[in-house]
Amino acid sequence: MKLIVNGEAHDVVAQSLDALLLELNFEGEWLATAVNSELVRATERQNHVLKSGDRIEILTPKQGG
Amino acid sequence: MLKLYGEEISSRLMLGTAQYPSPAILIDAIKTSKTEIVTVSLRREMSGAKSGEGFWSLIRSLDLRVLPNTAGCHTVKEAVLTAHMARDVFSTDWIKLEVIGNHDTLQPNVFALVEAARILTEEGFKVFPYTTDDLIVAERLLEAGCEVLMPWCAPIGSAMGPLNRYALRSMRGHFPEVPMIVDAGLGRPSHAAEVMELGFDAVLLNTAVAKAGNPVAMADAFAKAVDAGCSAYQAGMLEPRDLAVPSTPVIGKAVFT
Repeated sequence: MKLIVNGEAHDVVAQSLDALLLELNFEGEWLATAVNSELVRATERQNHVLKSGDRIEILTPKQGG
Repeated sequence: MLKLYGEEISSRLMLGTAQYPSPAILIDAIKTSKTEIVTVSLRREMSGAKSGEGFWSLIRSLDLRVLPNTAGCHTVKEAVLTAHMARDVFSTDWIKLEVIGNHDTLQPNVFALVEAARILTEEGFKVFPYTTDDLIVAERLLEAGCEVLMPWCAPIGSAMGPLNRYALRSMRGHFPEVPMIVDAGLGRPSHAAEVMELGFDAVLLNTAVAKAGNPVAMADAFAKAVDAGCSAYQAGMLEPRDLAVPSTPVIGKAVFT
């Protein structure tokens, strides 16, 4: 399945958002995720089914002003 | 004591966490300043990098209140989504709402800001809007549900200090009961003291401390300036007057011939 993750094209086997994070080696309970500009809470990733063409954002805490 | 959305806050100095020379200096600056609130952001993670882990564990170890921002957002949609994501990660409904309207000045797009503020307050967020010193915008933000205002005093990172004392005084005068935090544009401790003397409730700083020659010493200087300005405002300052007034009693002065 072809997806856009943080602006980059990926071809993955994962079907759920949870599985996608594992497949692409994103780890940590501090990550925030969105699919097609909608929040997907950490608790909902396992049940979130991906479809081809989805745009996924994976964010992490950073310094800020 | 300062109250922000019902929470009592002892320190009137809030610090950003970006641009420090090292994590150790960031920690020292935060501790020296005695701040209780620090701002943080969300940015893209890289595969396998765990780039946010160190920073996030550092912030958590300090046991501070975290104020996530929506820095860099230029649309209502971006800002609202970033706020949603921040709430999921940081477990707080506080959000420093920034919707930038101009690349050069980083001036907020106040129209989008008001709209985003309304959406987020309806969703239960406690919005800290980064705004200009415009009274009408301030009024709209309050109508949208904001209980705190954060006007700039100069463009972000400019270190120019209060550019429009009249506008800041007007804001303070028009909304005497609203907690107001001067956010952005402060460069020197005297700037912080100046806005606190105008009656503002707190200041939020980042660049002026982080990019100082000695950030820890500067954090200390700002903390003292904020305290001094606040104490002076509360003590009631003498208004300027045109004519000299002798401080030593005139009556009883000897007459020498």
